[in-house]
Amino acid sequence: MKTLKPYFLFILIIVADIIILLNNVKLGTLIFKSTYMNFSEMLGVIPPIFLLLGLFDVWVPRETIIRFMGEESGITGVLLSIFLGAAAAGPLYGAFPVAGIMIKKGARFSNILIFLGAWSTLKIPMFLFEISSLGVKFAVTRWLVDIIGVILMALVIDRLISGDEKLEIYRKHAEESICSTKR
Amino acid sequence: MFAIGLYSISIVLLIISFIKDKQKTRMALNKSWKSFISILPAFAGVLALVGLVLTILTPEIISGIIGANTGIIGMIVTSIIGAITLIPGFVAFPLAASLLQKGAGVMQIAVFVSTLMMVGFVTMPLEMKYFGKKETILRNLFAYIFSFIVAFVIGMVVS
Repeated sequence: MKTLKPYFLFILIIVADIIILLNNVKLGTLIFKSTYMNFSEMLGVIPPIFLLLGLFDVWVPRETIIRFMGEESGITGVLLSIFLGAAAAGPLYGAFPVAGIMIKKGARFSNILIFLGAWSTLKIPMFLFEISSLGVKFAVTRWLVDIIGVILMALVIDRLISGDEKLEIYRKHAEESICSTKR
Repeated sequence: MFAIGLYSISIVLLIISFIKDKQKTRMALNKSWKSFISILPAFAGVLALVGLVLTILTPEIISGIIGANTGIIGMIVTSIIGAITLIPGFVAFPLAASLLQKGAGVMQIAVFVSTLMMVGFVTMPLEMKYFGKKETILRNLFAYIFSFIVAFVIGMVVS
């Protein structure tokens, strides 16, 4: 039972899907098809991201990340966070493990928030696509307002989360790596 | 395309790493696997949830609601749809463009695009696992409110 507990949400939804399938075969089939597509899309992006994260964890020293993105990194840290987020592609959930490893390596919390914001909304490949479908005016205005908003929101959220709460988050990410090294 | 690039880069780096230091590479692979396995249940749950929600909320239903409403109520509707759904950008932008052509308001579409990208309601359990409850709620709440500001600015500039 204990080993199944993390899968509670997954099992719950699959059960719901099966109930729908039994009542409405057409809709149920569509749901399973779309779920399958989501999983295959994830498998396209997530395994290499985790592979890169493992390599990053082993090869990039903590000092490097602290220097460029840590507490004292200043404007360099902000710009680097925006750049790293904007250069990425893929859904926002792909950013979570990357941000997790940055936390572990000692990046400043506000820079983590800027990185998440940049990944969610400032992605360059998406921006090019947005120009072609919604027009230059729409895309450029959104991008410019967003870049200001991403930084401002990161700074405000950074203030609202207390030092203790941040410590808790950093401790959690540090512990996870200790467990994996021990095994 | 992006996936192929990502796979090639990581495999090349893995080979370089292996040539330089076998022990370290083994450690890296071990870490990759451990962190993947520990987050897999949350991922699986979220992806299944997306599969269920997105199938029930078809593009037809979404476009029907956006097309029928204008004003702040239309914006609230589109923002909620944007916050809940997880449509990839390459599907969302053409959808948004065709809705604009059919007479949907620029601000309704802008708030939809913005919440779609910045607010992840269904991915919140996953986000909480990484950054805690408070960060997740604050980030999503702020991003939701901010999306309206963006929409108003775009509305002023574009129309």
